[in-house]
Amino acid sequence: MEIFKRKKKTVQQPKAFEGEYVLDVEDLKIRYETDDAVVYAVNGIDLKLKRKQTLGLVGETGAGKTSTVLALLKLIPTPPGVVEAKKILVNGKDVMALSDKQLQQIRGNEIAMVFQDPMTSLDPVYTVGEQIAESYMIHDKLSKKEALEEAKKMLEIVGIPAERSGEFPYQFSGGMKQRVVIAIALACRPNILIADEPTTALDVTIQLQVLELMKQLNEKYQTSTIMITHDLGIVAETCDEVAVMYAGQIVEKGTLEDVFENTKHPYTEGLFNSLPNMNDRNSKLNPIKGLIPDPTIVFTGCPFAERCRYAKEKCFKQKPTVKHLSESHQVKCLRYDEADFKIERSLK
Amino acid sequence: MSDILLQVIDLKKYFKTTKGMLHAVDGVSFNIKKGKTLGIVGESGCGKSTTGRSILRLTEPTSGQVIFEGKDILKLSKKEMVAMRKEMQIIFQDPFSSLDPKMTVSQLIKEPLVIHKIFTENEDIEKRVRELMDLVGLTPRLYDSYPHELDGGRRQRIGIARALAVNPKFIVCDEPVSALDVSIQAQILNLLKELQEKLDLTYIFVTHDLSVVYYFADDIAVMYLGKLVEKAPAEELFANPKHPYTQALLSAIPSVDIRKKKERIVLKGEITSPINMPNHCRFANRCSYCQQDCKNSDPKLVEISPNHFVACFHPLGKEGIL
Repeated sequence: MEIFKRKKKTVQQPKAFEGEYVLDVEDLKIRYETDDAVVYAVNGIDLKLKRKQTLGLVGETGAGKTSTVLALLKLIPTPPGVVEAKKILVNGKDVMALSDKQLQQIRGNEIAMVFQDPMTSLDPVYTVGEQIAESYMIHDKLSKKEALEEAKKMLEIVGIPAERSGEFPYQFSGGMKQRVVIAIALACRPNILIADEPTTALDVTIQLQVLELMKQLNEKYQTSTIMITHDLGIVAETCDEVAVMYAGQIVEKGTLEDVFENTKHPYTEGLFNSLPNMNDRNSKLNPIKGLIPDPTIVFTGCPFAERCRYAKEKCFKQKPTVKHLSESHQVKCLRYDEADFKIERSLK
Repeated sequence: MSDILLQVIDLKKYFKTTKGMLHAVDGVSFNIKKGKTLGIVGESGCGKSTTGRSILRLTEPTSGQVIFEGKDILKLSKKEMVAMRKEMQIIFQDPFSSLDPKMTVSQLIKEPLVIHKIFTENEDIEKRVRELMDLVGLTPRLYDSYPHELDGGRRQRIGIARALAVNPKFIVCDEPVSALDVSIQAQILNLLKELQEKLDLTYIFVTHDLSVVYYFADDIAVMYLGKLVEKAPAEELFANPKHPYTQALLSAIPSVDIRKKKERIVLKGEITSPINMPNHCRFANRCSYCQQDCKNSDPKLVEISPNHFVACFHPLGKEGIL
């Protein structure tokens, strides 16, 4: 019989951070130095995330989306990775300067990540309850018993009955596993959540369930989110702001309305025009010609020039710089303000 | 009715598992007209790929009939079936695992020509390979390249060239663009459409992506747990879905239109196991319109308006999502 009953610990409230931007990244560059060549994954991007906002990071395979967010958690393997930046501030803390121990405090606690593939991001030999409880034991210093209790509560929150906490990942379907991954990420109430293609591996009806759940939880915990996706539809559904990435650069950035209704970059235009038109079945798809460039090439001009239907000679010679169209909307294109430059986007 | 190229009647494919019979495809029937595309949509595990494969006898169906140009191909001998495959081909989903990594582009495209003995002279074969590469938009420079040197889009073009090598009339496209990025996806979809017009091909287009199927298919069949629950021309299906599952599926498509707020129907629960299935409507436990009769018997696929088939006791009357 327990005589000295230990005072029961509970999980802490969401960590308060008072600054305007929970994330502030300036001139982030990431390259991977391999024996064969140097791969330039991210080539100087600026990123700011306001509190309670959701930022969509859009782009195709190899655009540098995942490398960017991994750098925020200092998870780029070095070597071969080399990360350089003027600053990477997470909740006001300079990630580049932190020790491994301090980083561990931030990861999971202040900034957490939901990975793309729920089938491989869970450990097959631990129960889902144990995997969620781990966060509580590390960050909130709860005992295993207390942590398992909290894990059950968390499972209920993501819509899984608490009695399933003793089951193993293989006993869950894809959508359920992704719910577990979300539960792990949100267990310690991080104020920044990074979701890397969280629904790509799921069916549409399940995707809708998971997105709705994430929306509710963001509201409840007042989380700021970076949503990495290649699906413009998901961006439209979930994001406040959008950054379009191409060849390791942000080519267009703005509010959802800026980018979706006042598209300025030819690459963003190409992404929209590659989608089937849901209002007119018979309109032809208008894909971007060619392929994404080899990331080992250092460009002298605009990296999109060779695929761009608006490109002129100068686009191949001169690097575009960031141009501000409004306080929120910016574009990296040399020709955006020329008289004969007009984006053609069929409304979908 | 001579313009019907392929007729599938009560096709069934069961798999034996330790827990019982898995009803992957459970009595599917449809027709496809020559030169048209039938889209088969549904979520993982609904049996859409198995349907496509069973039609080509890549997995042997348990029962049913597949009538291709008047012949029931399920009755053909193995040897006759090999010859029949000249007429019916498949394009696979994953261009990363469906190509032999040790073969060059030209060897990969040559393979079907040699197997089906289309040409005997090496020169003819080489000429045809180059012709096919041109047809699918692969530059001649890639003749001796290996698949690992190429991106997903180009690999999928090889898959298409292989399927076209034997001049088929009918191709099953099994999620041909699911593994590709949007801009490449659009290139491949355009290519498949061009080829259809040029070569008068008939397609079955299996996919989980509803916006792709809307663009690509003439008719769309929606599958749920091994059964067709609805089939209609693409526009009709999107404008006027009759089955509650179709309606939920359509409402779940993320839309890029930020002005128009769609009404979302969030389905409860997930697809149930296709093992030991209930003998009532398979969608009943997730359906918000479910009534007592839905739990008593299984609805049959009936034509409720011209060319619009639905398997539901209480088909929806109201407007669709578009």
